[in-house]
Amino acid sequence: MPKYDKRTLERLIEGELKWDELKLIIGDDKDPNRFDMILDILQDKVPWEEKIILPLHEHLHIVAKDGTRIIKCDCGHEFGDYRENWKKKCRIRVRDTIEEINELYPKDMGCDPNWMEIREYYCPGCFTLLEAESVPPAYPLVFNFFPEIDVFYEEWLGRKAPDR
Amino acid sequence: MENNNIGWQGKSLKQMLHESDEYIGQTGNYYGIDRLSLKQKNPFRYERAYASLRGALVSARETALHVAASPIVKEIGELCFALYSPEGDSIVVSTGILVHVHTMSEAIKFMIQEGYEEDPGINPGDIFLNNDPECGNVHTTDVQTIIPIFWRGELIGWAGGVTHQIDTGGITPGHDLVAAVQRFDDGVYYTCRKIGSNDKIWKDHMINARRSVRTPLYWELDEKCRLAGNLMIRDAVLDFIEKEGLDYYKQFIREAIEEGRRIVLKRVKERLIPGIYRAASFFDVPFKEEAWQPRAKMNKITNEPIEIIIDKDGGLSIDFEGASGPGPNPMNCGKGAMEGGQWVLLTQILIYGDKVNDGAYFAVKKNYPLGTWCNPGDPYLSYQSPWGNLIPAYTGMMKCLSFGLFSRGYREEVVPGYGFTGDAIQGGGVYSSGPLKGDRWALSTFEISGQGLGASAVRDGLDWGYAMWNPESDLGDVETWELFQGGIPYLSRKIKPNTAGHGKFRGGANYAGVAMIANSEDVDFFGARDGLSFHGSGGMHGGYPHATGYRLIAKNTNLKELIDNQEKYPLGDPDPSDGEFERMLQADITRKPYASIYPVTLNNYDMVHFALSGGPGYGDPLERQLDLIQKDLNDGIYTEDIVYNVYGAVARYDEETKNWAIEEVETAERQEELKRERENKSMTYEEFWQYERDKITQNKLGEHITRMYSESIKLSDKWRKHFLEFWDLPKNFEMEVN
Repeated sequence: MPKYDKRTLERLIEGELKWDELKLIIGDDKDPNRFDMILDILQDKVPWEEKIILPLHEHLHIVAKDGTRIIKCDCGHEFGDYRENWKKKCRIRVRDTIEEINELYPKDMGCDPNWMEIREYYCPGCFTLLEAESVPPAYPLVFNFFPEIDVFYEEWLGRKAPDR
Repeated sequence: MENNNIGWQGKSLKQMLHESDEYIGQTGNYYGIDRLSLKQKNPFRYERAYASLRGALVSARETALHVAASPIVKEIGELCFALYSPEGDSIVVSTGILVHVHTMSEAIKFMIQEGYEEDPGINPGDIFLNNDPECGNVHTTDVQTIIPIFWRGELIGWAGGVTHQIDTGGITPGHDLVAAVQRFDDGVYYTCRKIGSNDKIWKDHMINARRSVRTPLYWELDEKCRLAGNLMIRDAVLDFIEKEGLDYYKQFIREAIEEGRRIVLKRVKERLIPGIYRAASFFDVPFKEEAWQPRAKMNKITNEPIEIIIDKDGGLSIDFEGASGPGPNPMNCGKGAMEGGQWVLLTQILIYGDKVNDGAYFAVKKNYPLGTWCNPGDPYLSYQSPWGNLIPAYTGMMKCLSFGLFSRGYREEVVPGYGFTGDAIQGGGVYSSGPLKGDRWALSTFEISGQGLGASAVRDGLDWGYAMWNPESDLGDVETWELFQGGIPYLSRKIKPNTAGHGKFRGGANYAGVAMIANSEDVDFFGARDGLSFHGSGGMHGGYPHATGYRLIAKNTNLKELIDNQEKYPLGDPDPSDGEFERMLQADITRKPYASIYPVTLNNYDMVHFALSGGPGYGDPLERQLDLIQKDLNDGIYTEDIVYNVYGAVARYDEETKNWAIEEVETAERQEELKRERENKSMTYEEFWQYERDKITQNKLGEHITRMYSESIKLSDKWRKHFLEFWDLPKNFEMEVN
């Protein structure tokens, strides 16, 4: 099984690896300790103390805080219980006019707002764009991913989650 | 009843199939196998055995494709062979298009369940043909040849081969039709039909087949290609048994399938996270103005919600609860199509390796709700172009799996979606002059095999070089394609600006072509891809979907005059709001904001533009490195206005160096301005909820959107509950299309 040093994985998640380096990682077997190494790297990067339990998103992490598990942004903004859809805690912009869609796409190369709108979900703390969701008007919010954290740690990794 | 009981130990095939189903139902393991005894006892012999069978299949494929005539088969290799157990479970598959891990399986099971053992009989040397999507096929265009393999009177397996045809005699020329609305438009149907005996295709069948399609030469030689490959596989299996013994073979094939099942569970636990994953995907079918048939004059957008549950054992279950109903269009999907779309994806992103077989099929539970587009339960609908729905739906599946890959740390495997393998411009005509005068040419370019790949979480997507749904192909040699479709020569193929989905890592970009009609008559032309809506839930973690397609056609042009005078003519449509066609041609120009069109008739010197698909992006575009944006401008991937609007990049073009440069100070200011705009133009969730709910309660939804919700809440109690509870609508709420 391959093993990669911390610096290589830091460069990987920063998008700094050249294709010649990256293709070897893509083509090889997966390094089984990757999860723990990425967790360490992310923990070092964030400016706050709470323990990261699971990376959820480019900027969002499930962390342990005061006996609960919440979602927290790199910037420190807290989105609350990880079992709730974090999109409900975002600032939301709806692009549902031709003019707003044509800011992003040339004429006829974006969606028709009568058929589909673009919803942009921003972190209320740093206004990073967390998700651009394209759905028909009035489509319910999509709750993309609900991880079974304890099953993952206990059944798959063979140990308790850091907060248990 | 001389053919009764050709199964093992005097059993009928029906009995064997029933036993197999019982075992998997009771134990979860294939044939109840709890220990891979052959592998444990002698792993070298076991692996050699598997490799020898797989090698035989790959060899059969590589040899057989030289028998074929169809350029889709011969030039880019869209064919695949597989070896099946007596019950119809794939043991080994060749290289090629792995859509077909579990398509011919269903055809074999259909023959067993229908009692083919008794009538029409299953004998050594028999040849069966199938292209019925209701019986284990994707669409009529994929044609399957299946032969039984006997050892001393006992059926020990089946060999199957499938090729993609250019034409199967449908309502219009083409291989992924747009104008088909019922089964009788899909072209010639062979429903698990016996077409030969004693290893020879019957003459009456071939006469009938040649007269049923527009490209008889391709059909005949491709049929011989599939039979040749199957016969090679049969010989290899018989050699295998001579060498290893019948008992070893029988035990081996069952253990190999069980191992295939276990590989899936292991790979899931290695790379993903247990939990619930969801994505929402859609496909627009804007046929209200396009369709010829009154029943098909309908605008429709298909709801394709997917929910994937990964359990503690690594098992996957896939659920399409909430899917829209089928439609009077060719995008309906039978089980073979649903399985095909699923396996072409899973074999590339999760269970790639040598032991891909129906064990993987048994490891994945699925729910294709009856009465929906993914299981209409009506054989009289059209199933000719299921990829219209399959591509968005399974692109959503990849997005789901990407959430797990990301959380597990394998960010290099993340793909937020795929380009739509569309705008396969199609049709055909008849040569009106030259040495081929009177001959028919078919338009079926496989340029679709070069789409933009979605970005990953660590890099940009591959430009114009990937097609999830046609992984076997590499576009082939364009000069060869031009020979086959000589009535529509290319005038250009250029990078199409702004096709790539935006993001910190952008999606792959793509190009567009311009072609003209020449030396032809009776020319039909059409195409299909996403147009009014983005497909496949594209974009992830702040990345946007890639651009949609549209249609641009010029008729009654002055192109001949321009050519005669050696004047410039349009080579693309880089800015649709300031079209080259309009500026440079005298012609009747048609622009449509959607891309799926019914066939139009074209004449010599008419021109068409077609744009291939980019891929979706990943991450917030404001985080994209400025040097990459500069490169995008210099490479023609994006234009100045778009990088200003989306990436906040202020660029200047240097006329001397012919290069773009990014103004860093002005860019920083512009990006701050965009951040402020995000703050000012966004709302809270509560405000958003009311804003969107009003669209329902104040009748602001278009007929096609109302139709979509109406179908989903009627077809699924679960989705109805979800929709009503989310928007706090009364329990008796209904949506109807007037």
